[in-house]
Amino acid sequence: MGKTMVEKILSFHTKKDVIPGEIITVNVDLAFVQDGTGPLTIDQFEKLDFNNVKTKSLVFIDHASPSPRKELSNTQIKLRDFCKKTSAKIFDVGEGISHQIVVEKYARPGDVIVGADSHSCTSGALGAFATGMGSTDVALAYGLGKVWIKVPESYNIVLNGYLEKGVYAKDIILYLIGLIGSDGATYKALEFSGDALKYLSMESRLTISNMAVEAGAKVGLFPTDEKTKEFLKTYDRIKDFKEIFPDKDAIYEKVIEIDISKIEPQVSFPHTVDNTKNISEVKNIKIDQVYIGTCTNGRMEDLRIVASILKNKKKAEEVRLLIAPASKHIYLKALREGLIDIFVNSGATILPPGCGPCVGVHAGVLADGEKLLSTQNRNFKGRAGNPNSEIYLASPATAAATAITGYITDPREVLK
Amino acid sequence: MLKGKVWKFGENISTDHIAPGRYFHLRSNLPELAKHVLEDSREDFPKNVEKGDIIVGGKNFGLGSSREHAPRIIKVAGVSCIIAKSFARIFYRNSINIGLPVIELKDNGIDEINEKDLLEIDTEKGIVLNLTQNKKYTFIPFPDFINALLEIGGIDKYVKKYNGYGV
Repeated sequence: MGKTMVEKILSFHTKKDVIPGEIITVNVDLAFVQDGTGPLTIDQFEKLDFNNVKTKSLVFIDHASPSPRKELSNTQIKLRDFCKKTSAKIFDVGEGISHQIVVEKYARPGDVIVGADSHSCTSGALGAFATGMGSTDVALAYGLGKVWIKVPESYNIVLNGYLEKGVYAKDIILYLIGLIGSDGATYKALEFSGDALKYLSMESRLTISNMAVEAGAKVGLFPTDEKTKEFLKTYDRIKDFKEIFPDKDAIYEKVIEIDISKIEPQVSFPHTVDNTKNISEVKNIKIDQVYIGTCTNGRMEDLRIVASILKNKKKAEEVRLLIAPASKHIYLKALREGLIDIFVNSGATILPPGCGPCVGVHAGVLADGEKLLSTQNRNFKGRAGNPNSEIYLASPATAAATAITGYITDPREVLK
Repeated sequence: MLKGKVWKFGENISTDHIAPGRYFHLRSNLPELAKHVLEDSREDFPKNVEKGDIIVGGKNFGLGSSREHAPRIIKVAGVSCIIAKSFARIFYRNSINIGLPVIELKDNGIDEINEKDLLEIDTEKGIVLNLTQNKKYTFIPFPDFINALLEIGGIDKYVKKYNGYGV
């Protein structure tokens, strides 16, 4: 019987044929936490009397980075001390977002990766079984090198066609979530396939895998191909390449086909990600702050699109435009390419690499009644730090176009 | 056997509703963080919730972040159990891992349950009794592994006792 990608990866890791629904324990190739979930992981690690980590273990300070208050500074010390005591490795303030650094430096096709952050599924774009878990789960992954999981059933998401000008990967995933709902794939593995994959860059795939969890999915997987090789080569890691693809006769619980050439730019309205509308239905929504960045859309491809729209233009006077590169590596690249110049000249404020306003912890907290248009992955009430504000989600192109006009704007109007 | 009075919540209660990001600095102090649990959905909840109370939610309860603090502060606040039409995956897993029973009631049970109803729940047999309305609902009982986790009070205690997952 044919296997899905998930079944192949988990079978390989357990050295037996796994079937959906089965509860297994599986060896973990990489485990990580961030400054929001990490302190609790360390408490649990100590309570469980573990002394050292049994798998590749990372700690990221990316959420409240740099720290805005003493309580957080004190918990960040705990993370640094943990890494000094064990062989876990720290990525401190300024290094960037966990998921971005994991794909740049660590995630390999076929790996099992667990992170105490829901968007750990980002690495699925590289063909890794990567999923978000809680603090205690990662404490156990650190200490035992294993986690327990139930093998998920898979949905095959078939993407066909070409994207029209002004439409991007973010629009595909917002469209899919709008189509199936924020619980449309709860517990399932999403496996992407179809002709369109040939044209989807690795950075675009990362955006799509990142948001698999917003449809409830455990993981969002892409098969490996030339784009995977190219990406690993860029980061000097071609030796990490391995072919991963589903068998032709793999069994999927559901097949969803999408002709991506019919998708127009999407906007998710407050307060759920699946409250998605076509931009042609969006009229006269004045925005107070635009945020471009996060683990969803803070990569070079995103920043280049934004720069192409903002070049020699100014943001609307009443809008605050905040931009954060997803990692130090991206920040330096954007500097060298002159993108940061373009952003600052257009009136943007550059934030340090990290999660930024998406988590409502430090930079860019909204005032009562204000509206944010963001490239982030979530718009739940209070997400950006104030429950009396509203968050709209869109692509970097829509965000850049909106920054110029001050109203939610179709990027196709400025790309003409 | 669990027994408690109902607090009703709507659909899509996210972990940002349960443990708002603006209290990020309180995450290492669960009793303080619990003073704000679910306050963005119902201001009266953290003030008036009592030990043993039961949360009844709609579909996709707990969607969003992996923050284990969300089910933990619900437990710290005294809630004995959450019943919902469906749960988000990570929240469900975290709840089981910390020994907080989470029950999916798929039929019309959720819509019929009212605020302040008194419920009695048998997690092993899979029965919810609404003592106020004299109604009975059933759910599929947990598999043995989950029951054992809940009984011992969480995966940390389980792993310590069995020297591993024992799966």
